[in-house]
Amino acid sequence: MRHAHDTLFRTLADPTRRAIFERLCRDGEQTVGALTARAGVSQPAVSKHLGVLKQAGLVRDRHEGRQTHYSAQRGALAALIDWTSQMAGFWQSRFDRLEDLLKRMDQ
Amino acid sequence: MNQTSAETRTVVVEREVPYPPEKIWHALTQPHLIEEWLMKGDFQPVVGHRFDFRADWGAVDCQVLAVEPNKTLSYTWAAYGLESAVTWTLTPTGTGTRLRMEQTGFRPDQQQAYLGAKAGWPRFFAALGEVLARTN
Repeated sequence: MRHAHDTLFRTLADPTRRAIFERLCRDGEQTVGALTARAGVSQPAVSKHLGVLKQAGLVRDRHEGRQTHYSAQRGALAALIDWTSQMAGFWQSRFDRLEDLLKRMDQ
Repeated sequence: MNQTSAETRTVVVEREVPYPPEKIWHALTQPHLIEEWLMKGDFQPVVGHRFDFRADWGAVDCQVLAVEPNKTLSYTWAAYGLESAVTWTLTPTGTGTRLRMEQTGFRPDQQQAYLGAKAGWPRFFAALGEVLARTN
């Protein structure tokens, strides 16, 4: 569970990357070229950021001819939004381990 | 973000365990025991003590907030921008102890104050909230 958080936070910690993701959320599917025009960084840099976002499951790519279209995958943010239920699951499992330990301490 | 995130977020896990508070206190406060059920860390039951819990996925930064032997233990819990405090409460019952863990996340404005200008999280969460509001 922490791993999913870590990846998302690391991925979105970069302001340029976050801006790209936000733009895809706001404006829908776009090509690398269209994203580059407004990103303020070079096309290879934008491509690299998109690769990281894709690895984190935050964007999906679709090839059409020579163009690659990117779209935001908002569902990937569920791990962040559902913080409380994630932590509750974490603590439940730790309580289980704590009880096991207490049992062992008896012996 | 949305309205609920403006409030403090709390996670509570509570269980009755058939052991006296003293025994549970050991498991909550002795590093070699903590490591067996929670994480590896250089915990000391001393208010103000800073330590971290380490696991293969990373580390949690902590600072002890309150110590009342066999009754209550509280420490901050910070990992990757998630600021919170964890409080353990031990209440003796006829047959053992009611053990309660409460984890409270700071409100976004407090979190913003903590993170300061160095992080863009507030802006990100604001944008995220807008996105979600539209998605719903």
